[in-house]
Amino acid sequence: MGLARRIIPCLDVDRGRVVKGVNFVGIRDAGDPVEIARRYNEQGADEITFLDITASHEKRDTTVKTVERIAREVFIPLTVGGGVRALADIRALLNAGADKVSINTAAIHNPELVSSAAERFGAQCIVVAMDVKRVTEPGAPPRYELFTHGGRNPTGIEAVGWAKKMAALGAGEILLTSMDRDGTRDGFELTITRQISDAVEIPLIASGGVGTLDHLAAGIVDGGADAVLAASIFHFGEYSIPQAKAYLAERGVEVRL
Amino acid sequence: MTPYVAVIDYGMGNLHSVASALEHVGAPRVVVSHDPQVIAAADRVVFPGVGAIQDCMSEIRRLGCDQLLQSALDAKKQPVLAICVGMQALMEHSDENGGVATLGIIPGTVNFFGEALRDSAGRRLKVPHMGWNEVKQTQVHPLWQGIEDRTRFYFVHSYWVQPRDPGIIAASFDYGVEGCAALARDNLFAVQFHPEKSHKSGLQLLSNFMKWDGTCS
Repeated sequence: MGLARRIIPCLDVDRGRVVKGVNFVGIRDAGDPVEIARRYNEQGADEITFLDITASHEKRDTTVKTVERIAREVFIPLTVGGGVRALADIRALLNAGADKVSINTAAIHNPELVSSAAERFGAQCIVVAMDVKRVTEPGAPPRYELFTHGGRNPTGIEAVGWAKKMAALGAGEILLTSMDRDGTRDGFELTITRQISDAVEIPLIASGGVGTLDHLAAGIVDGGADAVLAASIFHFGEYSIPQAKAYLAERGVEVRL
Repeated sequence: MTPYVAVIDYGMGNLHSVASALEHVGAPRVVVSHDPQVIAAADRVVFPGVGAIQDCMSEIRRLGCDQLLQSALDAKKQPVLAICVGMQALMEHSDENGGVATLGIIPGTVNFFGEALRDSAGRRLKVPHMGWNEVKQTQVHPLWQGIEDRTRFYFVHSYWVQPRDPGIIAASFDYGVEGCAALARDNLFAVQFHPEKSHKSGLQLLSNFMKWDGTCS
């Protein structure tokens, strides 16, 4: 027996409240982040990810306070992302009690942020988040490209090469979200998940599209993900973390029971 | 004066998690400090660690925490718990940051997991070693009280500790190598995993630490 694959419930948080939309549109309110984090902690979640989707930068103080409140009573790892632009943002979140900080758009505009953050705080707490879409053009094989702004803006950056670059700069983990699948409940985009997992030495978290427990298993077994992240199937009580773990264990996936 | 546990703060960031977890298991008072007098007078000492070893070492030395630890361990009185990079810092040498001389309080080294790490079945292993792995207890110790052998704890590290004296290893983990998950010597207990992030089992270990008299029997 070795390292367990991780199940990570994700809290999308807007101005201090947990939300989850379909393709980032039509958001529903699923409650208080501290309450939900506590519930997942009790259920045996392996980690919690907290993504701040608050549009206004001024309202971001709420996030630091929420992280502080969660960290005071939840004793499992906590990753926080959303709007992280500078070393000072990372420092503030780590000081508030985050164990890992996820960098997304800022890594694209300023890749050196990843290397300086890894040097300063250690690679183990720097996660690079990648929002990826499958792009097809006539006469060319499909490719996977990085997008920003909730999947609206293409960057022209090819996903696998980017993941390798981020790992080389010192990222400790990749959080890969398929923008084609996010909110669809059709399952992870397994092709790109497998490609990136095989291409990098660092752990990969698969995200976007989980609608059933079988999707979680596929992300690990077929996608090669080290951890799987999901939101709505857990938030609305469809499945509990223990149910998900039991399902994975039955399929031979090593989990923490 | 109320008994207190001192968490050594050498300026490397988040110590709230350790402090909150200690409070959660009933520590009457937790003092986060790098003041030698405060630490010397504490009933128990926690030596945490996050970040890169080179920066940690220069801060540890600048603040005089190295001498503090040395005297606490020489006196064999205050129970001391070292966590993660705190444990690594006690060894003689670390591969991290191109090679760094560490405190040398415990003979042994801190080694890189290496590129292309494989498990015994030949499957590729990612580095950092990140997540919940089984901790195999290799000696009876008061800090394992109420914790079953092979319980999973949360690890996150790219370098692993190898003490020269295998007799001080209190637990091991398997990740391409048989690494030291915990070591025990006199009033010192050191762990590579993060008890403050290891849910109920981690809290149990911290609770055991709060009751420990600092002897190995």
